[in-house]
Amino acid sequence: MVEAKALVKRFGDFEAVRGVDVHVRRGEAFGFLGPNGAGKSSTMRMIAAVSPRSDGELKVLGMDPDRDGPRIRARLGVVPQQDNLDSELTVRQNLQVYGRYFGLSRAHVRRKAAELMGFAQLGERAEDEVEPLSGGMKRRLTIARSLVNDPELLLLDEPTTGLDPQARHLLWDRLFRLKSEGVTLIVTTHYMDEAEQLCDRLVVMDGGRIAAEGSPSELIARFSTREVLELRFPPGEQDAVVAVAGGLAQRMEVLPDRLLLYTDSGESALERAYARGVRPLSSLVRRSTLEDVFLRLTGRSLVE
Amino acid sequence: MPVTEGTRPRGLLLRILPPGLYAGRASAIIERSMLSYSRGWLVFVSGVLEPLFYLVAFQIGFGRLVTEVAGPGGQPMPYVAFVAPALLAASAMNGAVFDSTFGVFFKFKYAKTYDAMLATPIGPLDVAIGEIGWAVLRGGLYAVAFFGVMNVMGLVTSPWALLLVPVALLVAFAFAAIGMACATFIRSPTQFEFVQLAVVPMFLFSTTFFPLSVFPGPLQVVIQFLPLYHGVELMRGLSVGVLDPTMAGHVAYLAALAAFGVFATSRRLAGLLLR
Ligand SMILES: Nc1ncnc2c1ncn2[C@@H]1O[C@H](COP(=O)(O)OP(=O)(O)OP(=O)(O)O)[C@@H](O)[C@H]1O
Ligand SMILES: [Mg+2]
Repeated sequence: MVEAKALVKRFGDFEAVRGVDVHVRRGEAFGFLGPNGAGKSSTMRMIAAVSPRSDGELKVLGMDPDRDGPRIRARLGVVPQQDNLDSELTVRQNLQVYGRYFGLSRAHVRRKAAELMGFAQLGERAEDEVEPLSGGMKRRLTIARSLVNDPELLLLDEPTTGLDPQARHLLWDRLFRLKSEGVTLIVTTHYMDEAEQLCDRLVVMDGGRIAAEGSPSELIARFSTREVLELRFPPGEQDAVVAVAGGLAQRMEVLPDRLLLYTDSGESALERAYARGVRPLSSLVRRSTLEDVFLRLTGRSLVE
Repeated sequence: MPVTEGTRPRGLLLRILPPGLYAGRASAIIERSMLSYSRGWLVFVSGVLEPLFYLVAFQIGFGRLVTEVAGPGGQPMPYVAFVAPALLAASAMNGAVFDSTFGVFFKFKYAKTYDAMLATPIGPLDVAIGEIGWAVLRGGLYAVAFFGVMNVMGLVTSPWALLLVPVALLVAFAFAAIGMACATFIRSPTQFEFVQLAVVPMFLFSTTFFPLSVFPGPLQVVIQFLPLYHGVELMRGLSVGVLDPTMAGHVAYLAALAAFGVFATSRRLAGLLLR
């Protein structure tokens, strides 16, 4: 579905994307993770055929975005990071008019709009203007709008930002359903649970490059340990412990508010810590998650 | 999978243009404008009424003071009949300029309406044609209303005057296209003063109210470069049925302006939004 080799995006002399290779297969859910400014949106926009690449190779749905942009976009659904709904139109008109941009018949977009308002649970607001809708409602409408042309490939740039937990779970459910119908999904997100739930495979981007690639469980196995021991200390006391705790685990991350000790057995690490006289305010043993992988790969929390 | 029409090249324009610029779907953008204006119909009323106020004011006021002036063929004509076609040209200009600068700037800069459009198969030339086409339609509506009133007031004396309506469309087209191209350069709303600064003198000096001969020589040359001048000359001649070959030049000037505006607008939109 998407095939990128050494993909580069420059804005002036600034390189936002510095040689990215990705290969997204039909029917899978693929994720882009990375800190702010990593180049996720820039990559998504190139895939969406609205931003010409500066260098490298890119094929979307087997076509070159530079040559076949309109033909590619006809088969894509796009949820941009920032909602760009038509504030001069009502909820229903937003969906209908957008369908018309794809060249769909009036009768078809009328049916589709009704269906999608059900999907986004906006049926009661159908004839309302878009402006007074809440942020989450706008987001839902943007997502519904991206489905108006029954896309084969859906690009979602931080789709659930601004949604309440219920709406998020609902959206995940809808996305699962679309996936089971054969729609390919590409998602960027800052929510690790979302990535873990949703993505078959993902890449972690940092500074315009890909830092790692794999399924969530593969990445956890490769870049983290089985368990994590989290220790919290009273304000100001953490620094003193860092020197002592270093040897207790395979690896340690120092966050502003807590220490993370990476080890295969959190309980035994905790025992050893007590034996060395470490007295945390609270402690927690948990399984490694994608968040740990993210912290490690993006170097967000290394000892400074 | 619904069938999407028109992603395959069809028609001449689609064959000669680079792909990605034009999808042949400008009509969908006009549909959007119709929907968005269906609630803002009041602007239409004001657009129709404004030039009529001028006309009535001239009829009642100036018409008494200045009774006759020399018309396009040198023959004397009532002052109101002299001004009326020029007002028609000016109203076509005003409607087109304001629609294509204020409206476009807002959608372009704040509402991100065009970003959303360009994520679909629609290309920048579709946007340019659709938005400019809408401004022309509006201008046409005003022109028809104005023309009707001219008729009722007995200001139309030649069958050639029927051509005033298509000429009004051409004037609207030229100004909408140039206006939209300019709108892509505007950075903040205060810069609309520049638009005013261009439009007001043009309105006053394009031989709208006085014949070219009253201006001093060098100024006459400058005036002949103003786009509105060509619209006014064209309309005034047609309204009394005095035709001459320079009219082809006026038409060509306006058509060239329109074509340049459409081209420049689509280039600017592509450059600013697809990057
Ligand atoms: N149009 C642009 N012009 C200039 N620089 C840009 C442009 N768009 C993005 N950038 C720069 O490219 C870099 C990557 O931006 P991008 O939006 O792709 O990041 P991101 O990974 O999506 O971040 P976030 O998580 O904050 O959305 C940033 O440094 C940004 O300033
Ligand atoms: Mg982003």
